[in-house]
Amino acid sequence: MDVQTLTYIIVGLTFAMYIGIAIWARAGSTKEFYVAGGGVPPVMNGMATAADWMSAASFISLAGIVSFTGSDGLVYLLGWTGGYVLLALCMVPYLRKFGKFTVPDFIGDRYYSDTARIVAVVCAIFICFTYIAGQMRGVGVVFSRFLEVEIETGVVIGMAVVFFYAVLGGMKGITYTQVAQYCVLIFAFMVPAIFISVMMTGNPIPQIGFGSEMVDGSGYLLAKLDGLSEELGFGAYTEGRKSTLDVFCITGALMIGTAGLPHVIVRFFTVPKVKDSRISAGWTLVFIGIMYTTIPALSSFARVNMIETINGPTVQMQDGSKVYGQGTSYADAPSWIKNWEKTGLITFDDKNGDGKMFYSGDERNEMKIDRDIMVLANPEIADLPAWVIALVAAGGLAAALSTSAGLLLVISTSVSHDLMKKTLRPDISDKQELMWARGAAAVGIVLAGILGIYPPDFVAAVVAFAFGLAASSLFPAIIMGIFSKKMNKEGAVAGMIVGLVFTAAYIIYFKFVNPAANSPDNWFLGISPEGIGTIGMLVNFGTAFAVSKVTGDVPQDVVDMVDSIRVPKGAGEAHDH
Amino acid sequence: MSFENKEQAEGYWKENLKIMLKLLVVWFVVSYGCGILFIDQLNEITFMGFKLGFWFAQQGAMYVFIALIFIYVKQMNNLDKKYNVEE
Repeated sequence: MDVQTLTYIIVGLTFAMYIGIAIWARAGSTKEFYVAGGGVPPVMNGMATAADWMSAASFISLAGIVSFTGSDGLVYLLGWTGGYVLLALCMVPYLRKFGKFTVPDFIGDRYYSDTARIVAVVCAIFICFTYIAGQMRGVGVVFSRFLEVEIETGVVIGMAVVFFYAVLGGMKGITYTQVAQYCVLIFAFMVPAIFISVMMTGNPIPQIGFGSEMVDGSGYLLAKLDGLSEELGFGAYTEGRKSTLDVFCITGALMIGTAGLPHVIVRFFTVPKVKDSRISAGWTLVFIGIMYTTIPALSSFARVNMIETINGPTVQMQDGSKVYGQGTSYADAPSWIKNWEKTGLITFDDKNGDGKMFYSGDERNEMKIDRDIMVLANPEIADLPAWVIALVAAGGLAAALSTSAGLLLVISTSVSHDLMKKTLRPDISDKQELMWARGAAAVGIVLAGILGIYPPDFVAAVVAFAFGLAASSLFPAIIMGIFSKKMNKEGAVAGMIVGLVFTAAYIIYFKFVNPAANSPDNWFLGISPEGIGTIGMLVNFGTAFAVSKVTGDVPQDVVDMVDSIRVPKGAGEAHDH
Repeated sequence: MSFENKEQAEGYWKENLKIMLKLLVVWFVVSYGCGILFIDQLNEITFMGFKLGFWFAQQGAMYVFIALIFIYVKQMNNLDKKYNVEE
């Protein structure tokens, strides 16, 4: 069977499974719709959270980014896993004890202020839309490459599936489909990684394989990669190029941002007890870690493979010196190069007219290769069986769909619960609130689809936004709400607004107003827009403490609430709000 | 409130913070310390075919993160029992 038929079969089967689960797990009440009734077992919630968190970007793009940036890729690897330590230790147990449905719920109640609630709602919705646009685009790319339909058609099919289980099942439907999607995506990610690891290093564990010697006798993989990279003018793979302060700040912004992302936090409201929420965070990181520790291995394998396929293999001479490939004939190029050329993600420009392809980091370079194709093209580059290629397509879709659904849920609860029920129309019934939730999810999907079909040029640029905003607004407000009894509403609101405006202004200036100036010389202390969220967080904390010092006291009932969230006992009662 | 008296409540919170801060110090050292600030120095050492700093940044720190959360869970469960505030 050819790749395309196999892809149709595997993708079709997984989609049928998601829809089947949706019908089985319909939500009947707002509590089921918002937090799956609060009865999800911790290990299962860990899996669902991992799928919720690992997006199209993690699955499709991250290995490519690490592959192209080498050592500097650590900012994503550390940033997107280290945030879970903050979440687990500083936030999850307390928010679970608080026991309501959303992040704006906590901020609104803790700071006894609708202004605080609205600021949180705006942040949550903005973060989610930023994120979801990228997911829908991911769905479109996978569809167009593997099933050879138009990107638009792909996005519409993706929308229809998500619509079905998110609108029908709410959090309950999403949770169980996410568990299934985790299994699909991790299997799809690991199979090619293990294949390639065995082929290149003889070791079936990629995490160990990429520190091993190559089976073809050309020495340690990473040493070889360093040699290749230096020869081609990229600089050594295992050495960084960004400034230490910038790496520090970007990692910080991604970690803190991760801990402040509403669609991740809200997943921990779904387990029965405080104790469960703690262990659930541990399981989440285990499930994420399986993929995230494989990513750097895959990146190194893919890098060597890709360079040697295009430039020709490195030849080890008798005297120990190496002769690097000088290019291979374009006419005989492997099919993956031709396939991806059609999508415009690979281009070849025969500058010296010798009919050979050559890839390098200097003026000899003749190839333009989009880093987003590394994971999707990897099985083809390594010449793996057709079913593995089909599996990767299904995995990419699972990653994109699971994250979209989680984000949509936050958008829909923000509208129905935080905006309607808590602020504008407190008198609506549970049933009406559920209708609002479903309606908002439906509108959200349509908007997300439109963003996927007509992606604004700035999708990539606004990812920095999502993390920067989460880091500079939601994270500090939540942390101060738990760990300080003195933080009042004036301080928190001022902190959120100042942190937000500072971070947003910095990013907007360098990304949109004056992109020409976006270089280390012009940055504040050499900190890039991706890393400014760390400073934004400090600004938020500073402002909040200064303002709270000169304004009023926190009401006694709020102090009592803070006391109560600090103790696990009684989480069951908190449910009955 | 489920504590017998105010001292109990304060004692529980203090010990909770102590557990949290200790683990956060480890978290900071392995990620920002080994993986970022001292990566160049650690890269001088080779470990299982890896430069050590590179290994911390792309592998080791993540394993430590996972361990930290499970240690936290264990210590907090013990603490809850000690103060009789478990669910």
